[in-house]
Amino acid sequence: MKRYIVIRLIQAGITIIGISMIVFLLTHLSGDPVMLMAPQNATEEDLQAIRKDRGLDKPIYVQYYRYITGAVQGDFGESLRWKMPAIEMFWDRFPNTVKLSTAAMIFAFLFGLPTGIYSAVKMGGKFDNFGKTFALLGQALPGFWVGVMLILVFSAELKWLPTSGMGSWKNYLMPAFTMGWYTMAAMTRLSRSAMLDVLDSEYIKLARIKGVSEFWVVLKHAFRNAMAPVVTVTALQFVVMLNGTMIIETIFNWPGLGRLIVDAIFARDYPVVQMCVLISSSLFVLVNLAVDILYAYIDPRIRYQ
Amino acid sequence: MTANAPAKKTFWKRHWLGKTLVTIWQAPKFPTIILLVFIIFGLFGKAIAPHDPNKTSFKDSLTPPSWMETGKMTYLLGTDHLGRDILSRIIVGAGVSLQIGVMVVAFAGLIGSLVACLAGYIGGRTDMILSRLLDMVLSMPFLIVAVTLAAILGASKWNLIIILAAVAWAWYARVLRSEVLRLKEGDFVRLAVVAGASKARIMLRHIFPNIVNSLVVLATLNLGTVIIAEASLSFLGLGVPPPAPAWGSMISEGRNYIGQAWWLCVWPGVAILLVVLSFNLLGDWLRVRLDPKFRQI
Repeated sequence: MKRYIVIRLIQAGITIIGISMIVFLLTHLSGDPVMLMAPQNATEEDLQAIRKDRGLDKPIYVQYYRYITGAVQGDFGESLRWKMPAIEMFWDRFPNTVKLSTAAMIFAFLFGLPTGIYSAVKMGGKFDNFGKTFALLGQALPGFWVGVMLILVFSAELKWLPTSGMGSWKNYLMPAFTMGWYTMAAMTRLSRSAMLDVLDSEYIKLARIKGVSEFWVVLKHAFRNAMAPVVTVTALQFVVMLNGTMIIETIFNWPGLGRLIVDAIFARDYPVVQMCVLISSSLFVLVNLAVDILYAYIDPRIRYQ
Repeated sequence: MTANAPAKKTFWKRHWLGKTLVTIWQAPKFPTIILLVFIIFGLFGKAIAPHDPNKTSFKDSLTPPSWMETGKMTYLLGTDHLGRDILSRIIVGAGVSLQIGVMVVAFAGLIGSLVACLAGYIGGRTDMILSRLLDMVLSMPFLIVAVTLAAILGASKWNLIIILAAVAWAWYARVLRSEVLRLKEGDFVRLAVVAGASKARIMLRHIFPNIVNSLVVLATLNLGTVIIAEASLSFLGLGVPPPAPAWGSMISEGRNYIGQAWWLCVWPGVAILLVVLSFNLLGDWLRVRLDPKFRQI
């Protein structure tokens, strides 16, 4: 087990370094950052001076080394557009994204779990068909369209909910629902199949034979045992949401990390783009790693593969 | 007459054209018909579309769908803020989405199966390096990476295809690699080795034909995801550059008029939903039909 964890940790480290190299190289290929820093009427000498000042005249591997040693210490350079340290912008925005994804997770649990469980209990019935349709739609509907449709119905037509910003709990409803939409469908599908597996087992039959009421069979005997895979996947879904933040935060004008990436991309603010991609990829990799280790802990067969 | 009957049967069962026709006939009707319609849109979009998708007409801007009070018969699904016909844009946009989808899936599938064959069949150090590369690509937040790449490389149809294929191939490679590992132990591969076939020949002639079924299933299931990813990129303004009609950018443009004109955002989304749903349904059906082992994915 220890060996497995060490190997996986090294792999995760290599992955993160690989991503950082790709991002660094590509942003350098895309154009001369000096042009963005310098004022419009700068002469060639001014440009040279900025290059020298920022160390941009050094070979690329030296620049990468300087970048990555800075990044490890939390120094991602200064934003070209907003003229402040990039890391400060990250700490400004990141909590908002965490708040939103937590709300989205709550939505996904509140709706996805009961739907999945009830579908499994009433397998083949009307409700099961509803659950299956819902899970199918969840995969086929793009998240951004769901968001736009919600705005159309609840903001433009009914005028119940605000379209953008964050303030009261009302601001959370639509973005959280949109963000949780895919997870909700995944949760429905997953809890349904997990429950079906468990409901088929011997101890459930025994519980029924003993005369336990159906309600308690489902809630106590089956539900508890079915939850293990669902909970593990939940952790993974949290990170999958990171993927969606860009679009959902753009739609609802939510001042989070995803919005920052999009803004920075359009402002060609490369230090900020690099930082956001690097940090979110690292988060992604680390949560993946945690889930893998958790799985290996639960199922020893994985360790020896 | 009776003598002809068995011959007919063998045609349907043996000939590849006959087999394909039978397969199409047995496929679930709803997704097949929808996809056929959209494929025809994609191929002949410019000829079928009632209007030029890029022709602006300011006096007709924001005309509602024809069945509404102020709607006009010539604009079945209404017009957008520039007076362009939405139906025509959706029909021509099908070409953009499907072209990108099919190209991405083709490239990703090709690279994926190549990597799977190399990693699975040759094994050893090759396998180790390729598998680590796979893990690396699979653990990246793919949409964030795709958006960044699109912004850096610039938005064009080919760039989009390359970017999406570059993030999608790893999924194919991972699933197909385990297929190759299983096939490698088969007697037919051992016989080929005994017969003196080279590694390249074994991979190409003996192993690859046996993973084609799985590849087709994976590709069909992946098409929906790719189309959504493409729509997401064009929604952010990083897709096929305007004025080319893309479903994602149509929704994005319509967002500004959401208070006055719901039809701008609704119809392109319905188109995406129909196409993606059909690909998913068809993929599920193919999975069960071609390869029962795949029911688990």
